[in-house]
Amino acid sequence: MSGNLAGSPIVTVAGLNKWYGDFHVLRDIDLDVGRGERIVICGPSGSGKSTLIRCINALEEFQEGKIVVDGIELGPNLRRVHEVRREVGMVFQNFNLFPHLTVLENCTLAPIWVRHIPQKEAEASAMKYLERVRIPDKAKNYPGQLSGGQQQRVAIARALTMNPKVMLFDEPTSALDPEMVKEVLDTMVDLAREGMTMLVVTHEMGFAREVADRVVFMDAGQIIEANTPANFFANPQHARTKLFLSQILR
Amino acid sequence: MSEQAMTFVRSELAPERRAPVRSTGFIGFLRTRLFNTPLNALLTVLGAALLVALIVPAVRFLLIDAVWSGSDRDACLAQTAGHPAGACWPFVQAKITQFIYGFYPEPERWRVNLTFLLAGLLLLPLLIPRLPAKTFNAALFFVAFPFVAFFLLYGGGIEGFAVGWVTHFVSTFILGIGDAGARLAELGLSSPSWFGSLLKLIGDGIVWFSTGLLYVSFPLFWLRDEIVASGQPLWADFAATAVIVSVALFLLGGGLRNGWRALLISLATFVGIGLVILAMGLNRGGLPVVDTRLWGGLLVTLVVSVTGIVASMPVGIALALGRRSTIPLIRLFSIGFIEFWRGVPLITVLFFATYMLPLFLPGNFTVDGLVRVLIGIALFAGAYNAEVIRGGLQAIARGQEEAAHALGLSYWKTTRLIVLPQALRHVIPGLVNSFIALFKDTSLVSIVALFDLLGILRAAFADPAWSSPTTLFTGFAFTGLIYFVGCFAMSRYSLFVERRLNAHRRH
Repeated sequence: MSGNLAGSPIVTVAGLNKWYGDFHVLRDIDLDVGRGERIVICGPSGSGKSTLIRCINALEEFQEGKIVVDGIELGPNLRRVHEVRREVGMVFQNFNLFPHLTVLENCTLAPIWVRHIPQKEAEASAMKYLERVRIPDKAKNYPGQLSGGQQQRVAIARALTMNPKVMLFDEPTSALDPEMVKEVLDTMVDLAREGMTMLVVTHEMGFAREVADRVVFMDAGQIIEANTPANFFANPQHARTKLFLSQILR
Repeated sequence: MSEQAMTFVRSELAPERRAPVRSTGFIGFLRTRLFNTPLNALLTVLGAALLVALIVPAVRFLLIDAVWSGSDRDACLAQTAGHPAGACWPFVQAKITQFIYGFYPEPERWRVNLTFLLAGLLLLPLLIPRLPAKTFNAALFFVAFPFVAFFLLYGGGIEGFAVGWVTHFVSTFILGIGDAGARLAELGLSSPSWFGSLLKLIGDGIVWFSTGLLYVSFPLFWLRDEIVASGQPLWADFAATAVIVSVALFLLGGGLRNGWRALLISLATFVGIGLVILAMGLNRGGLPVVDTRLWGGLLVTLVVSVTGIVASMPVGIALALGRRSTIPLIRLFSIGFIEFWRGVPLITVLFFATYMLPLFLPGNFTVDGLVRVLIGIALFAGAYNAEVIRGGLQAIARGQEEAAHALGLSYWKTTRLIVLPQALRHVIPGLVNSFIALFKDTSLVSIVALFDLLGILRAAFADPAWSSPTTLFTGFAFTGLIYFVGCFAMSRYSLFVERRLNAHRRH
């Protein structure tokens, strides 16, 4: 399965297999992500979609196969994990902002300690990203003083400060109140428009329709079907996909 | 239900009204908290009676009936005072220097005062968050001050510096290995079986190994010999150490690109060390040695508790991290260490350190009794702190580490910047709890012939010139007050720190 955009893929997942003990969570996953491509991964809970994207920046280890991110190869031994993580940004379901640091400190921590950028420079660049997610006035606040939607936007800005080549989103709107989903999705749409390569695990089918280049449907640790959003929603092929869509689209 | 009740639109805003009964102010407090029900009224009256029954006699004993001046026990007797005698404060006045310094020789006591003053001057700005230069201040207090305090309180000078010490250590180590190898080979030679020849082989191997080590470390010995031959061993060694350390830091700090800052800090540090050596005359033998057996009173209490508190923190953090390590050897060691030290009473530790340890150590290797006790207490308190800190580590959600890893932070940076700052905040109450316990537990050192505040108090009771019916109560009241001030200060300060650090939890 290859990306429908031209050029060499920025992320290649080949023959990926992962077990939790005896439980086979990921089975023979092959996935190429082109530069600038937006992929939405959906599927029922427990289908392995979060585990898949967590493998890409080595938050999960795997037993077989390989993952290549921008030419950096990650095998089961995860030797080059730090190199990969520098190129891949991640946004979590529960935001995972650092509660003891201000919003600005959250955004300057990694540039200062990983990229060794001087503090002044890191702060200026962090403010730029906070403006981009439309939250610069909260820079001096602590995460606990922000709403869920604001926290998630800060988390996006924090990931962007490392200039990642790929952004992973692990159900970014699932923990939000319905009122706040839109502000986060809008931020993600902006990011997509700017050409960021994105892998998004989400149940927001509206987002998939509007933004995705490809929708990947997973079940039981396997990729069942992948297609352009138009075809995926209008004309699903596999019986499991049809069942899934009939249950979430009413 | 009628249709009217289903829809509702407010037409007039409700006006603001006074609170129903007086629930604010002092009267309000009395009415709502103390006398709101008959049972509470009864409890309030009983409580007040209990307080009066306790406080009135205490004030009478400590202040009203107390004897304030006098030169010996006669002043504190009821027939001299003309009324039932209360606290015998002249006893405390007469013994106060002993309480503070123990048997520290009188002409040298300025050294203790200077140490207290230095500690205060360095510690106070460290405790006030608003003041700047915390890193520098902390470095002075935690790194430089202990050395200065050692040479101030104990005395003595130094004849060499780091090169000499390292060479001494390395040569002792290598020669020890060679010696062990030679003995093993000898043992193998005396037993004729295949086992003997195996021992011989291993022994010879070890001897060869140590000889090899000697050759490898030859540059070090050469440098030491040159330093000794220079006629100014201390300063030559000092200069050599400064050059070696500074160059190493310069290279580690990034060499020609970013290393200049590290080089500058290193050189400034060595200049500071040199100035301290000169100022204290360490190159000329330093101050007269005051044996730790002469130390006593508040001095010992403070030295033991401050060292224990400060040294137990890194021990505790290391053990807590070790217990959660994924490396089995480190985890097992940490678990074993913690369980061992927690399973043994402090008195046993002190006894072991004082009376048993010297039996196990080689004859030419002696460690001062007080130092042995300090190490014992630090490890003991460290094991306790480890479990407190581990509690804090467990309170940190897994997502915090994942987020830090996803940003590219290594294990150590994640631990230092994300996990520990949050974990330690969670466990401030528990840590201060064990600090306070440790502060009071220092009085146990009196069983190993160290005279801490309580020990020296008991010694003072033995003085027949001051034996009066109230001497005992006065002495305990006084030392109790000192302990209370120390513990209460720690407690209040920890509440202040907690409030400050948890600012982010307030919405």
